[in-house]
Amino acid sequence: MNVNALIPTVDWRALAPFTIVVCTGIVALIIEMLRPRRNNNLVVGVSLFGLLVAGWSLFGMLGGPSDESFAGMILNDRFGQILQLVMVGSCAVCFLFSEPYLREKRIPFAEFYPLALWSTAGGMLMVSSKHLLMVFLGLELLSISLYCLAGMSRYESKSEESALKYFLLGSFASAFLLMGIAFIYGETASLHLGRISEVLGAASASPLSTIGAAMVLVGLGFKLALVPFHQWTPDVYQGAPTNVTAFMAAVSKVAALGALVRFLWAIGTLDTVWFPLMWWVAVATMTVGNLAALVQNDVKRTLGYSSIAHAGYLLVGVLAAFSAPGRVSLDATAFYLISYAAMTIGAFAVISLTASGQHEGTRFYDVRGLWKRAPWAAGCLVVFLCSLIGIPITSGFFGKLLIFQAAFDAGLPALAVLLAVNSAISTYYYLGIIQAAFVTEEGAVAPRFGKPSASLNLACAVCLAGVLGAGLFAGPLIRGMGTAEVGPPVGVPVQDPLTIHTKNTSD
Amino acid sequence: MLGRGIFQAVFGEFLPILLLMLVAAVVAGAMVTLSWVLGPKKDTPYKSSTYECGVTPVGNAIERFPIKFYLVAILFVLFDIEVVFLWSWITVFKGATIQYQVFSGVAVGIYLVLWIIGDAYVIKVGALEWDEEPQVAPEKLLPTPVEAPTIAAGSHS
Repeated sequence: MNVNALIPTVDWRALAPFTIVVCTGIVALIIEMLRPRRNNNLVVGVSLFGLLVAGWSLFGMLGGPSDESFAGMILNDRFGQILQLVMVGSCAVCFLFSEPYLREKRIPFAEFYPLALWSTAGGMLMVSSKHLLMVFLGLELLSISLYCLAGMSRYESKSEESALKYFLLGSFASAFLLMGIAFIYGETASLHLGRISEVLGAASASPLSTIGAAMVLVGLGFKLALVPFHQWTPDVYQGAPTNVTAFMAAVSKVAALGALVRFLWAIGTLDTVWFPLMWWVAVATMTVGNLAALVQNDVKRTLGYSSIAHAGYLLVGVLAAFSAPGRVSLDATAFYLISYAAMTIGAFAVISLTASGQHEGTRFYDVRGLWKRAPWAAGCLVVFLCSLIGIPITSGFFGKLLIFQAAFDAGLPALAVLLAVNSAISTYYYLGIIQAAFVTEEGAVAPRFGKPSASLNLACAVCLAGVLGAGLFAGPLIRGMGTAEVGPPVGVPVQDPLTIHTKNTSD
Repeated sequence: MLGRGIFQAVFGEFLPILLLMLVAAVVAGAMVTLSWVLGPKKDTPYKSSTYECGVTPVGNAIERFPIKFYLVAILFVLFDIEVVFLWSWITVFKGATIQYQVFSGVAVGIYLVLWIIGDAYVIKVGALEWDEEPQVAPEKLLPTPVEAPTIAAGSHS
């Protein structure tokens, strides 16, 4: 039997960050294997060092030209590199405050670190490929590790519930994604998004490609927690250990958004199908996320709903970039992702202080008096929440402003206005958390707080630097994004669905 | 015959099989039904026990029990899938060029090394030990400022 197997080009440099993160996870696991009866300090140190090296190698790649290697499986471009940097940084900050929190909760399983590293690697794979098979592989790597992590606190039934819910719904969404990929393959005979884009651009929309695209969007929408695929979010965020929640909120969202952007780019010519759909999804995601957050009494749940709302804001930025290709770029969205990661992880890091001696309460009344027990953390929390609201000089403000502007420039004024209204609504529940943290009467202060450790304070400082630094240096940072090349092909006629509707009614 | 013609048209060569299935269904159904209708029914407690001529059951079957076998089953499935990969690889490997053999050999080698590390981990943490209750080693909590490390591992069972 003669096999014409081709050896693909191997570009280790393009894959270096991914490889470093995976190998760091393996090394961390081996360390745990060799010295199981010691504390995790060495594992944490090695993991942080590996992430540092991965970040450094990513940073070194930033200027280079974009190219594909491994037979089109790995794409090395600026957009992917920036998202990977965000993920690596998020993972590192999560590690900073994880160990004291896990010790307080009596669950310092060293396996947390390798699993989180591999999960990050999965996310990195998702955004650094244009091949749907690799995107799926990355998604599974990301998700399966997260399923385990969500159930890490095995003595708590809510953690088990969180893991089971996430696992069942997540595998359901994965099935949708895979089925959609199969449909698209049936239509285009390719799994590479570049080729798919060509084939779909040459023909008119067929039922096969439409159904396929819709199913892929369902799968990615689940990961991104877009309404109506968001129901898992509050339960999973609440039940999972807080450091895992922070990790989930940042890394998995960044990865899913990267994959979504690449996929939308490929199906750009089917815009009459997906654009109105995603328009309404963005509206629903912003509104439902914020309205549901108003009535929560648990901080983690509230932040879970707030993350849904933020996914909606991000989607507005993406839609703006796709509806005015060439004029509006994805820079605003990428910038917002950075600030979102910093402020969300920071907020969860501070909330992790409510764990003390195996007990943890995250209701509003459990954070009462945080100001008295941990002034630095409480002060940081205020900044993070202000950034989530979108109060000036924080990066959250500039991010929202940029997306607002982008939506206006792209001719989507309705989305821009809805974004502003939703930001105003969100003020209420963020202020509720701040208010609880600043209760100072003696009787009202929550009885339990973990002692803020040095590494938690450091994590807060890093997030604070991220939030304020990105706000102060918003201009240079955005000019440095250079994500214009991943925008949709210029000349694709995408229209505001409202104008489409008015046209239809006038006919 | 008209009826046979229609059946022939619909089922083609499968008509005999259909007939066989019909006969089997009728015979089996008749046996069960007739023994149920004609057989004597004398119910005794002994007869209605779980194992009429086996061990006397003790206690209730509806209770919590450890499902340690799931871990073994998962590990076995992983092993199975690894073999599936190797099988398809070796099929291509046999007839490939020497360059491809070296390239894919290295790739599979890396894969196997990763797999062996995973297996070593499985054995090391005692995932295959039936009676081992995995718990946090007390040493992991050592530099902790609050109270003595009392671990409630397995306190729920």
